[in-house]
Amino acid sequence: MSVLTVENLSFQNFGPFNFSIEKSECIGITGASGAGKTLLLRAISDMDTHSGKILLNGIVSSEIPAPEWRTKVALLPAESAWWHETVGEHIKDIDHEWLKALSFDSSVINWHVSRLSTGERQRLSLLRLLSNKPDVLLLDEPTANLDAERTLQVENFIESYKSENRASIIWVGHNLEQLKKVSDQRYIIEKGSFKKREGASL
Amino acid sequence: MSNIAALSPLDLSIAAFLVVFLALFSFRMNLGLGKQLIIAALRTTIQLLLIGLVLKAVFTYVHLGWITLMALIMLAAAGREVMSRQKRKFIGWWGFGVGTLSMSISSFCVTILALTVIIDISPWYKPQYAIPLLGMLLGNTMNGISIGLDRLTDSAWIRKTEIEGKLMLGYSWSDAIANIRRESIRSGLIPIVNAMSAAGIVSLPGMMTGQILAGNAPMDAVKYQILIMFLIAVGTGFGTIAAIWMGSRRLFDDRHRLRLDRLSGK
Repeated sequence: MSVLTVENLSFQNFGPFNFSIEKSECIGITGASGAGKTLLLRAISDMDTHSGKILLNGIVSSEIPAPEWRTKVALLPAESAWWHETVGEHIKDIDHEWLKALSFDSSVINWHVSRLSTGERQRLSLLRLLSNKPDVLLLDEPTANLDAERTLQVENFIESYKSENRASIIWVGHNLEQLKKVSDQRYIIEKGSFKKREGASL
Repeated sequence: MSNIAALSPLDLSIAAFLVVFLALFSFRMNLGLGKQLIIAALRTTIQLLLIGLVLKAVFTYVHLGWITLMALIMLAAAGREVMSRQKRKFIGWWGFGVGTLSMSISSFCVTILALTVIIDISPWYKPQYAIPLLGMLLGNTMNGISIGLDRLTDSAWIRKTEIEGKLMLGYSWSDAIANIRRESIRSGLIPIVNAMSAAGIVSLPGMMTGQILAGNAPMDAVKYQILIMFLIAVGTGFGTIAAIWMGSRRLFDDRHRLRLDRLSGK
């Protein structure tokens, strides 16, 4: 059975979308700016109103309280939000192995958010999101602000989370090389609808 | 009543002339306020003269029905005022409803409690007490609620990323807006806390001043003023809390989504 099933999902002028994801599967999504990639992720995490059905392990989203849904089907937005003064206040249980994997040392919990670079924020917000142990990851350009070395680090980190937790991933990005590398199937959003591109033809 | 110096139309026109003078000044300084100032002054004059006539009538024909009608009109006017002071108000019935409902609960409860239990007059709705009391409560509660609601909706609008960031991490709607809700309630309550702190030292409150001008013993006036201050604090406090609660609930739907589409953009 699929972990996440999307049936006739429509929002604003986009859709309908129909697809499903298996355990430990990653699908890549690309498309022009304004094609609705971010809105699709927001709809799946139930952040925006939509019609159609989304099921997690066969249970329809409306039967799971929204906060619980979002910890299981977790959205990593392109722009991360921070509201406390230090990093540590934002993350309940910091896994120090994870910090190391993203080349932070343990002192990062005392760092002031205002002094983080965009790239640091992006990596730490991924770490914060994964500390909820989601089943499905919705990643909106998770390496957009990172250099080649950090990008590779994040790719490996997500890959190891996926294989350890048998998580499913929807990865939105512009870098086709990257999408081919990280995802099992790829889709392109054009004119508000979804086109599947088999194999490496994307 | 006889020991208060009556004001002649000439006395009032001297004060009016000063307001016109201020308006001219503001025209010269390009404050963009001259016209509003004149309109506000005219509104004060007409509204107060009208209410003078109405009060005269209500005091003559004492009847609970008339007083209720008047209370409802005052409430509706206050509700409209709260709405018009919002930069981003709720769309539809809610724009008027949130402020008005919370104002009515707190002001009416406090006024009725004060009339029946504390002041204990007969009949309990005696207009000389009921109407000024309700007026003072409504006026102050209105301030607290409009400041608080304005802060709430504006903060929600500006801090959308933060609120949604919390929701995305699995916060409930209530947790996601808790800090903004606290700030909004605080901002609504600060004026009355300041007024209580400064009363008597910096300013002599209006009602007490009025009673003293009317020739009442200062200690009697003081006791009434203390009572009023407390009632206003309670009315404003619970009114603002109720309004912020209703307002913050309305900002989210049952799937804990932030619904800024329920606010009118500026």
